[in-house]
Amino acid sequence: MKCWDPRIEEIPKEELHRLQYRLLKTLVYKLYSLSDFYHRRMKEAGVHPDDIRTLEDVQKLPFMYKSDLRDHYPDRLFTVPQEELVRYHVSSGTTGKPTVVGYTQRDIENWTNSLARALVSCGLGRGDVIQVSYGYGLFTGGLGLHYGAERIGATVIPTSTGNTERQIELMMDLKATAIACTPSYLLHIGEVAEKMGVSIKNDTRLRAAILGAEPWSERMRNRIQEWLGVKAYDIYGTSELYGPLFTECHEQQGIHIWGDLALVEIIDPETNAPLPAGERGELTMTVLQKEALPIVRFRIGDITTMRDDVCACGRTHPRITRIEGRVDDMLIIRGINVFPSQIEHTLMGIPEVGREFQIVVDRKAELDSLLVRVELTHEAFSDRIKDLMNIRKKVAERLQSALLVNAEVELVEPGTLPRFEGKAKRVVDRRKL
Amino acid sequence: MNQIEHYLIKQISIFSENRPGRLAAIAQAMQEERINILAFSIAEADGFGVVRALVDHSERAYHKLTDMGFMVSFTDVIAVRMRDEPGGLYEIARILGDANINIEYAYAYTGKDAAVLILRVNNARDAIATLLKRNVTLMESSFFK
Ligand SMILES: [Zn+2]
Repeated sequence: MKCWDPRIEEIPKEELHRLQYRLLKTLVYKLYSLSDFYHRRMKEAGVHPDDIRTLEDVQKLPFMYKSDLRDHYPDRLFTVPQEELVRYHVSSGTTGKPTVVGYTQRDIENWTNSLARALVSCGLGRGDVIQVSYGYGLFTGGLGLHYGAERIGATVIPTSTGNTERQIELMMDLKATAIACTPSYLLHIGEVAEKMGVSIKNDTRLRAAILGAEPWSERMRNRIQEWLGVKAYDIYGTSELYGPLFTECHEQQGIHIWGDLALVEIIDPETNAPLPAGERGELTMTVLQKEALPIVRFRIGDITTMRDDVCACGRTHPRITRIEGRVDDMLIIRGINVFPSQIEHTLMGIPEVGREFQIVVDRKAELDSLLVRVELTHEAFSDRIKDLMNIRKKVAERLQSALLVNAEVELVEPGTLPRFEGKAKRVVDRRKL
Repeated sequence: MNQIEHYLIKQISIFSENRPGRLAAIAQAMQEERINILAFSIAEADGFGVVRALVDHSERAYHKLTDMGFMVSFTDVIAVRMRDEPGGLYEIARILGDANINIEYAYAYTGKDAAVLILRVNNARDAIATLLKRNVTLMESSFFK
């Protein structure tokens, strides 16, 4: 099957924009009358539902932040009574209170259909056996994928997380063709399998992996695809937007954001101004058909770029690139936004240095300085100073062209930079502002 | 041809940040392992440097330093016995230059009644053949064991 719902997935762009406008207008009127929170916010921003006359007018609406959800814990932003809810999910807050998300039957329907479209776009369908190794429970990953996979007629193995040996046995015995989990867990599965004498590539039927819920990179994708013999797809979503709900298609060229479900904006985190397609900024979403917990211009804090051309697969909906980092990680150096992830991407393309790095920002004579410390790889080490100077120069030039900021580079001994899993604290900011 | 191999000497090259104590750490490790440093030089750029050393047990030195987390590699160098007369170095440089062989760097070894110049060239095998042909005395690698 090429598309789960071709009528909407291949909808002409102008038609999609008209549909989005209609949905937005309906949503805004509804919220203005139903939600104290949105009513108050819109009044404060001096905007009335009548002011929404084009799709671009979404920019007149106020932003919503994660803190708004926390401040209205547990359910004070809900716009339906409890008896309309069929489920809660709860995301654990890294700071302070958790956030609670409620779902009506229709919310679950939209979430499930979104994932059904996504999974089919990854080439999955009836006949596939999908092992869901995301956590089941308060976390949205397990149940979300479970419903989506059942919807497309696939057979689900609801393994949830943990007990990796058993996961591998079931993967073999029940002939799983796809797995949904975090990329680091899949790498762990690969390692445990090897210890058990099992090659995921040769001894299982696994051919697709739906990976997300944590940051990962192209390099990790390549490693997973080569080593485990699966196509690895990026999945995106947060609990505020139902849960995981968008993936790449089989082209693996960005994550399709279904426009009838969500309106994407990319916002400059400093100026709050909307950015055009192709520019890097903060992912901001309006969920167009959400009933229980409406989400309008929600500043997710993830950094990405949007593209709005039609995908080679024929789907017309906008795409976002792999999440490149968090707004909180952004550094402003000599007025230019720099993300540690850009530095990581750049270093990945230079075989002479490892992927670990440390950034030291300082201010000398009123001017910001950026120092990037990198580890030389063993293969690149030379007894000739000239060779090492050339490597340092190459790294500095690549960083300069990627960041548009001049970076000083320091070569350090291997293994001396601190190692981090996941969210890396690689930045030392010595500026006294 | 086998003769040429006898004159290839394994230098250990160690990457080092310009931090206090790195050189002392290397020296101490060698002492603990009872490895003698016969000759060494340090080349520095701003921020990092390379320590080059001839030791009597290069394999053991390599493993010890690698275990300590140092980045170490082997480099083939040659050892030229210097005649006790002026212009000796110039002559060697000219012979190699005529053969299109570049000297990357050089440092001295003084011990055991001989003045020896350690040369790192871009092509050690060609350099050995060229110098032997011109009757320059080279030290065999066993000399440093
Ligand atoms: Zn596509």
